[in-house]
Amino acid sequence: MAQHQVNYLKDGGLPVALTTIDKVVNWGRSNSLWALTYGLACCGIEMMASGASRYDFDRFGTIFRASPRQAELMVVAGTLTKKHAEFIRRLYDQMTEPKWVISMGSCANTGGMFNTYATVQGVDRVIPVDLYLPGCAPRPETLQYGVMMLQQKIRRESASRAQKPKRLM
Amino acid sequence: MRAYTPKDNVQKKPYYTDRYWVAPQVAKHDVSSDDVFAHDLDAIKAKFEVLDAYIQVDQMVVIINAHDNFAVIEMLKNEREYNQLSEMSAIDWLATEGKFEIFYQMLSMSKRKRLRIKCKIDEKESLQSVEKLFRSADWSEREMYDMFGVIVNNHPFMKRILMPDDWEGFPLRKTYPLQGDEFAAWYEVDKIFGKEAREIIGPENRDPARIDRYDTERFSRLGHEVPRGTDITNGEPDTPLVYQEPEGVFLIEKFDAEQSVVISDRHR
Repeated sequence: MAQHQVNYLKDGGLPVALTTIDKVVNWGRSNSLWALTYGLACCGIEMMASGASRYDFDRFGTIFRASPRQAELMVVAGTLTKKHAEFIRRLYDQMTEPKWVISMGSCANTGGMFNTYATVQGVDRVIPVDLYLPGCAPRPETLQYGVMMLQQKIRRESASRAQKPKRLM
Repeated sequence: MRAYTPKDNVQKKPYYTDRYWVAPQVAKHDVSSDDVFAHDLDAIKAKFEVLDAYIQVDQMVVIINAHDNFAVIEMLKNEREYNQLSEMSAIDWLATEGKFEIFYQMLSMSKRKRLRIKCKIDEKESLQSVEKLFRSADWSEREMYDMFGVIVNNHPFMKRILMPDDWEGFPLRKTYPLQGDEFAAWYEVDKIFGKEAREIIGPENRDPARIDRYDTERFSRLGHEVPRGTDITNGEPDTPLVYQEPEGVFLIEKFDAEQSVVISDRHR
């Protein structure tokens, strides 16, 4: 026991903070967004740069994981081919709820310049997307800003209820 | 912004045709102008029928019958020192001649010469594999089957190499549309969700440049954000980039733009 006198009413005296469950859970979720490594094309290079030392995603709590079961954020970085579409859907289904998707770059948003028979014209034809990042390729600052926008979105959501099922566009 | 024009059959309508344009032809020289090639050609002619032979850009082109392809290439490899098959594929001449042209590009390291063997086959005709002679033909022949539908006999693993196994059609044929047929357009939807989901997901947007600048339901301009669904036809206000909620975040220090340092030297 502390021998000295503690004034619990003084600021910071009491080791207790009052808050709501929603805020605590959302604080935890938004600041530990573990992302699935999903570099499909050149946007993947920018995504790797965002994770590396100069832009440093770790300070946001965004750590890239190689397994969908440990990830809650999927950054689709690059061109999605039709051959690969079923695999991205399978990996999305394997991610645990709650989960979010960032579509990074023109190719993932709309198919981009690959207006051909073999490219999926927008990843939102296969999985529901929360955030679209423009650019070809978006700079790491854009991805960082996008992740911060997603964090704000997560903090707005209600944490205690199950995630609302998202619709495909 | 340009007026929107439908681009469904844009490939069929060239923007500009020059009536006086003549396709440039690469000059063909007689084989006798090169000693090494002349000897090689004599060796081929001794055993096989040669339909045509000439030298183009210092490379000999020999056109043979399709059923001789394995024997000719075997002889060139074993007796004439052409020890590398650098490339092989098909060319679609179905529209003009109803045939595929198959070419084998060969290289002789010792002679420092390149030689091209060509032959023509009908659409349904199959070809003898040269995989037993050159391992590089393994994937090349699979790609030729994948892209053109040319069936190769005696290949150890005749299967598509680039497109999915259940793909319909052969994409490099001239008759194949660039943006795909109906099967290609709905491939991922049919495979993942089933055909009944076609109506829900809808057709592909094949004009990715079509963005409604005033659509605030789906788009927001960075630095000009407005609430969703706001009418911005008369312009939108400037808004600063918002990194955090205005009231701050629980347990996280508030970002202070006044105290932040802007790094102007990129190479510090």
